[in-house]
Amino acid sequence: MIAMGAKSLLSHSFRIAWKDLTELFRNRLGLVLLILMPLFMMAMIGFIYPSSNTTISNMPVAVVNQDSGFNGLTQPSQFFISTLQGINSQTHMLKLSNATSLDQIKSDIQNSKIDGGIIIPSNFSTCIINGEQGTLIIVTDQSNPTVSAELEGALSGVFSEMGTALAQHNVQGLSAAVTANESLAVVQPYIVKTEGVVPGNQSYFNFIAPGIMAMTVMMSVMTGLPVAISQEKEVGTMDGMMVAPINRLSIILGKALGQTARGLIQGVIIMALAIGLFGVAVHGSILLVFGLLLLGVFSFVGLGIVLTSLAKDQETAQMMMMTLMFPMMFLSGVMFPLQQMPWYMQDIAKFLPLTYAADAMRKVMVLGAGVPAISNDLIIMIVFGVVMIAIAVPLFRRMMTR
Amino acid sequence: MLKHIATNYISTYAGAKLEQKNETETYQSNESIISVKNLTKMFGDFVAVDSISFDVKKGEIFGLLGPNGAGKSTTLRMLSTLARPTKGTATIGGFDIVKEDTEVRKLIGIVSEKMIMYNRLTARENLVFFGSLFNLPKDVLNKRIDELLELVQLTKWKNAQVGTFSTGMRQRMNVVRALLNMPQVLFLDEPTLGLDPQSSVEIREFIKKLNRENGTTIIVTTHMMVDADLLCDRIGIMDHAKIVALDTSTNLKKTISGADTTILKLEIGNLSPQIIEAIQDCNCVDSVTQENTLHLKVISHGQEAFDSVIDAIRTSGGKINSMENLQPTLEDVFLHITGHQVRDSADQKIPMEQHKHYGAAPSRIR
Repeated sequence: MIAMGAKSLLSHSFRIAWKDLTELFRNRLGLVLLILMPLFMMAMIGFIYPSSNTTISNMPVAVVNQDSGFNGLTQPSQFFISTLQGINSQTHMLKLSNATSLDQIKSDIQNSKIDGGIIIPSNFSTCIINGEQGTLIIVTDQSNPTVSAELEGALSGVFSEMGTALAQHNVQGLSAAVTANESLAVVQPYIVKTEGVVPGNQSYFNFIAPGIMAMTVMMSVMTGLPVAISQEKEVGTMDGMMVAPINRLSIILGKALGQTARGLIQGVIIMALAIGLFGVAVHGSILLVFGLLLLGVFSFVGLGIVLTSLAKDQETAQMMMMTLMFPMMFLSGVMFPLQQMPWYMQDIAKFLPLTYAADAMRKVMVLGAGVPAISNDLIIMIVFGVVMIAIAVPLFRRMMTR
Repeated sequence: MLKHIATNYISTYAGAKLEQKNETETYQSNESIISVKNLTKMFGDFVAVDSISFDVKKGEIFGLLGPNGAGKSTTLRMLSTLARPTKGTATIGGFDIVKEDTEVRKLIGIVSEKMIMYNRLTARENLVFFGSLFNLPKDVLNKRIDELLELVQLTKWKNAQVGTFSTGMRQRMNVVRALLNMPQVLFLDEPTLGLDPQSSVEIREFIKKLNRENGTTIIVTTHMMVDADLLCDRIGIMDHAKIVALDTSTNLKKTISGADTTILKLEIGNLSPQIIEAIQDCNCVDSVTQENTLHLKVISHGQEAFDSVIDAIRTSGGKINSMENLQPTLEDVFLHITGHQVRDSADQKIPMEQHKHYGAAPSRIR
């Protein structure tokens, strides 16, 4: 008897899921968006945030030489400028131009003509020739923190390279016996090399692709479920299912199955795009990746059903979904590392299942981790899913039989 | 295309006279299939259905008539297990609508005023989907679907998406969908709403045919007097959440067309508010309705009704151009019983608006 009930519960659920998918595949525009949405998301987030692969080039920078010289000697500043030009002709990081004063640099930055400026003060040569440190001033565009940070970084790099070259030259000058390499070792005794857990360079795509996959699949269940069900209620088709002698649970189960399938399709598209277009490598087992996605869906189904039971109509459902989706997107470490956030935000993130799904996905995809390494994440997701479903099912039953 | 179908339809079933219902032509037995006792539905403080009781016999066509907000649809939703009664009980085929809802669902079909079908699926796919929820063997279901599509002449379009159908075609689909499980009881909520006269006739004839050939018991809600008059064996008039009258159409009319009641249609050349007031002031007059600038409909009682109405008009200076003694219609019955015209509210099909009249606007009404 129970087995019979379970069998027809499942068969009805499959029917409903299949019906939903047929409708989805008939909707051409919807299908296109299904592919475009993850593509846009990947591309936007991947390119907006700086990754180690991106290098700045041809950033317009103005140079003001205010050096008044020491007894008419301006060699230090001229040497500086020619070295700067020499290095830049190899890297093409900057596009150098000349300016007359600080005020001109300021107005040029305001008019977006240049991104920053370098000022050589009037006492530059005097200091250098007298054996003191020479000061250089970098003027940055404060309205654009990213560009000014990049410019500062780039110029500091250039300056330190110039300083190293100068020091190396001076050390070699002290003793003729010192070779170029030895002098470099005196000036710069340490070289830093970075080694990751897995070989190869890490781009920002590697960071976000696993998170976005987890998010898309799980969100599609959480958000798709209330919208799909409230839509059927509004159109009236829900009555058609409700008057059939079927278990009410098969309606929600079927809907959840349909949404899961939709989410997984999107997940696969994201994975293919990430690998094909953005060069993301999957270091762990693909099976484990999909297992994780399914577990993520499980942990979100309950939440989706709760929202479904609370939403009276499609509009409310949409609004509820937006309200929940944005904090989750930004707080779950999908787009930025959690460690970047203040402690209280990190604490909030600990209550979101997406945090654990994204973390586990990243460990598997980027670091090639296995089940033991992500067991904590798995346990939390299972517990969250079970608790939410325990809350959701009675709520849903009550909503269905008002 | 539709015209062709409609003519075809009518010629096939020309045997059944369209405009008059023959009282002797009944297909019902004396056995009750639906029995409703003190059924009540409340939305918060608002009483949508107020302790109604009635029985429906097997094979009967039973109509629930009334303005919007009277509680017809809510009654239907409770009987079809879509809404839970707040108080009271009802059984269908002996099964309790709350405790044995799954058994009840096996016996019933529902044609909602909303079209229950998916626009992106084809006619056939829709029927296969809803049919598959009834655990029928595949071959039985397929055969039934083919028969039903043939029955409403949609076989040709079975592989076209329902979204491309005309309103008439969609409503025929809507009706057949409810027949997939060969229900013993079919609930129809405003089946001819928004249909052109041809499609209305089609649906009406189809309901009759179903009742005659399969013995299906039919419960239909409507605010179309014509529908109720032509279709129903018995009519229950609902107003303010209660059933205020319940009988055959003929008997309902008799309640006002007995020797005592006179319905007059008058054309008065110089009709004025004073004249209307004068008529209303007569003791024998029950109601006066102004139909347009010249015409009045007067329902009156008593032996001297004719004379007193005419006297009232003459003394107030009215000129009678013509006068007609009318047979009562269901509309008159409704007016007589409830004191207001059904059309007043029937034209605006917004239930929410209706409820505002009663002070509460429950958002969970649907």
